[in-house]
Amino acid sequence: MPAVSDAVWGAQGTTPEAIEAALRNLLKERHAENGGYVPARVLNLVAFVDGQWSGEVANRLRGVGRYHASRTIVLSYERGRERLDAHASIASEADPAPGELALLRETVVVEIGARHLDDLATIVDPLVVSDMPTLLWSPHGHPGAVDALLGLAQAVLVDSIDEPVWRDAVERAQKLSRRAYVVDLAWLRSMPWRERIASTFDPPRMRGELGKIEELSLRHHPDSTVAAVLLVGWLASRLGWRASPLVARGETLVGSAKGRRQNVAVRLESEPQQTVRGLAGLTLRTASGLELSLDRGPGGLRARRRERGGEEHEWTILGASRGEAGVLGEGIRQALLRDPTYVPALTAAHAMLP
Amino acid sequence: MASEQENPLVQGLERLPVAPTTLTIFGATGDLAQRKLLPALYNLAHEGGLPERFFLVGVARGEKAHEDYRAECEQAIERFSRRAPDADVLRGLLEHVRYVPGTFDDEAVYGELARTLDEFEGQAGCELNRAFYLSTAPTFFPVIVEALGRQGLERHEGAEVRVIIEKPFGTSLQEARELNGRVLAVFEESQVFRIDHYLGKETVQNMMAFRFANGMFEPLWNRNYIDSVQITAAEDIGIGGRAGYYDQAGALRDLIQNHMLQLLCHVAMEPPVSFTAEEVRNEKVKVLHAISAPSAQDVAEMAVRAQYGPGHAGGEDVAGYLEEEGVREGSTTETYAALRLEVDNWRWAGVPFYLRAGKRLTRKITEIAVTLKPVPHLAFSQDGSLGVRPNQLILTLQPNEGVTLQLGAKIPGTRMMIRPVNMEFLYGTAFLSQSPEAYERLIMDAMRGDPTLFTRNDEVEAQWCICDPILKVWEEEPGPLAQYEAGSQGPAEAREILFEGHGWRAI
Repeated sequence: MPAVSDAVWGAQGTTPEAIEAALRNLLKERHAENGGYVPARVLNLVAFVDGQWSGEVANRLRGVGRYHASRTIVLSYERGRERLDAHASIASEADPAPGELALLRETVVVEIGARHLDDLATIVDPLVVSDMPTLLWSPHGHPGAVDALLGLAQAVLVDSIDEPVWRDAVERAQKLSRRAYVVDLAWLRSMPWRERIASTFDPPRMRGELGKIEELSLRHHPDSTVAAVLLVGWLASRLGWRASPLVARGETLVGSAKGRRQNVAVRLESEPQQTVRGLAGLTLRTASGLELSLDRGPGGLRARRRERGGEEHEWTILGASRGEAGVLGEGIRQALLRDPTYVPALTAAHAMLP
Repeated sequence: MASEQENPLVQGLERLPVAPTTLTIFGATGDLAQRKLLPALYNLAHEGGLPERFFLVGVARGEKAHEDYRAECEQAIERFSRRAPDADVLRGLLEHVRYVPGTFDDEAVYGELARTLDEFEGQAGCELNRAFYLSTAPTFFPVIVEALGRQGLERHEGAEVRVIIEKPFGTSLQEARELNGRVLAVFEESQVFRIDHYLGKETVQNMMAFRFANGMFEPLWNRNYIDSVQITAAEDIGIGGRAGYYDQAGALRDLIQNHMLQLLCHVAMEPPVSFTAEEVRNEKVKVLHAISAPSAQDVAEMAVRAQYGPGHAGGEDVAGYLEEEGVREGSTTETYAALRLEVDNWRWAGVPFYLRAGKRLTRKITEIAVTLKPVPHLAFSQDGSLGVRPNQLILTLQPNEGVTLQLGAKIPGTRMMIRPVNMEFLYGTAFLSQSPEAYERLIMDAMRGDPTLFTRNDEVEAQWCICDPILKVWEEEPGPLAQYEAGSQGPAEAREILFEGHGWRAI
């Protein structure tokens, strides 16, 4: 968020109570300076980050634009640190015009070390705004810290693609989803794909084809196998397929799912040319001879449909890329919503673990 | 799980599928199309909200090539879109744009349009729904609708056909009835989407959430606890370049007959059984039917009109209405109108609803203020303080959308003295998402066939039943009109329609 108005505070060897008092004073000062400044009160974001990468995380958060959390608490971790240092800032995107409002958003960076990990919740608890949902994000792993803070959070932000091994990603997300609402960026990246598949089969004359899908091929970024597995899991959970474990054949995973009336052959292929994370393309074939492909393209998804008679149509389904910053912003927004289809998709994906 | 009846894939998706569609805009080079409709279509495309097969046809008088029209669309989108366009998305959108030139009464235009629509279907390889957007002067609405009917474009085998009609829907009850008659002779009511863009605003939709998703207000929401309701739509600007339209319309037709009566309906309606289009619109129509049409004798007591004279705005001298460019000499068009209405039903009997709308007032604000009845007994001394005032609940629609509750609170000190304080909630502080433009929502809903946010035929006629008698009296008594200084709170005469003990809120 490019801030035009900043109030800052910092202290070494401080306490959570002192940080919270400083935030209150900063807010009071800003409001006294101009009654048009009002604090945003939507969401707390607690980010546990490696100290050496805290700048990179700050850059990522700056890119989320209007989806910035109201209060962001960054726990910057350096293993050997003994003292608790903190700095806080309150910023707005613009000065308030007469009669208008300008939203204030607060950022607190608390520098902590290994000795603080045992009591992490007691450091964070006084800093989150009460009665406002809290989203927990630990982009550099640290499952112990996530477990310690999970009791304070209503939602946890993960990116299953960040896990080096896709099986671990599915297991970790499933474990977390039993304790909190999980917002998975790998899942959100597939949202346009899911919308398009849903749309293709929405006309009543097409719905019957859903029960006839017999082949499903997914192409994905080499690091994004889990994105493809989640999409298969989504279709399986929505369409009542029972998926079997996937088997590796070189760089490709193959498997099958049992539908009510047919078996579905599943194939997940790595697409080395793909530069952005997530899905690269998909192809669906039905028993009646319909084939539908979607592939990434400029200005949207490139769609190709071959009818049972062999007639082909190609077109672009318009939509601008959100970029990684947009995906992260969407993740923050989704913490306030509830998608009932992720956990069933994850459960179905779990059944595909080799 | 998959069945012919339900699409199991839509659960959990925020954006519901929209069937492949061709949208035809009549009046495609006009101000509304350029400023609102084309930018709205681009923003829908940007967000992946358009149907996966989407085609656009522009129909207007001027002769021009498809390429020239596409260039005009591009310029309009670049100039008026709420976000900078993505070059690839914009190119993709414009690729499927065609232009059909001609006057709206020329049958050949509709023949060419029909060929274009068929061509698009050939290109898409499937039937496309057809939506006709009438963004023209109102005189052309019946002309276009009837021509569509003569060409057989009001139906399409295997697809839906819809017509979207801009406001104003008539300028009187008789005109509205005639127009409804002519439109419904060609289209079914379920195919007709009458736009009142206020209904597309998030702020108006929020009123339903405010009333029906919060248990604390409904027990108070009746004549036993509510003393009066004031609905204000004040603008600080003059008529700008709209003299041609505004001088024919005036404040009552421009704002009160449609937008403000919609707001009143949202305040006064009973909770619908469900939020389906028919249930919501049934409840709104019941409210309108409960407002008695005023007799000619009543009008002087319940309605006030006025015109702004010269004054000051933003530190500058500004001209009066009659000096504005394009206004007829001696025009008696009102730039300010205020009404006192009563909703004669069990819930609201005896509670006045005050409505006012005006141009060149102190500031721009749209709000609904609900004043509760005073407490029955006061145990506190009011000496030395502003005293206890009746609670007010203020729903602000613009510029700062929010809810304010005015409460009495003790002034710190040794004495028990009370003054009013505000408990404020601002929507902007509590949500991350940016509200879409009203036209984005309305175009999507029309393409999807959801009429909830559109005005039904009986609703329009019921609105006119309330306003028509007032307009008739005003037309018979041409003037002179009461005057108010530009940049002021409005005419002093507006106080005359208030019941004793009531006052207008400061704008």
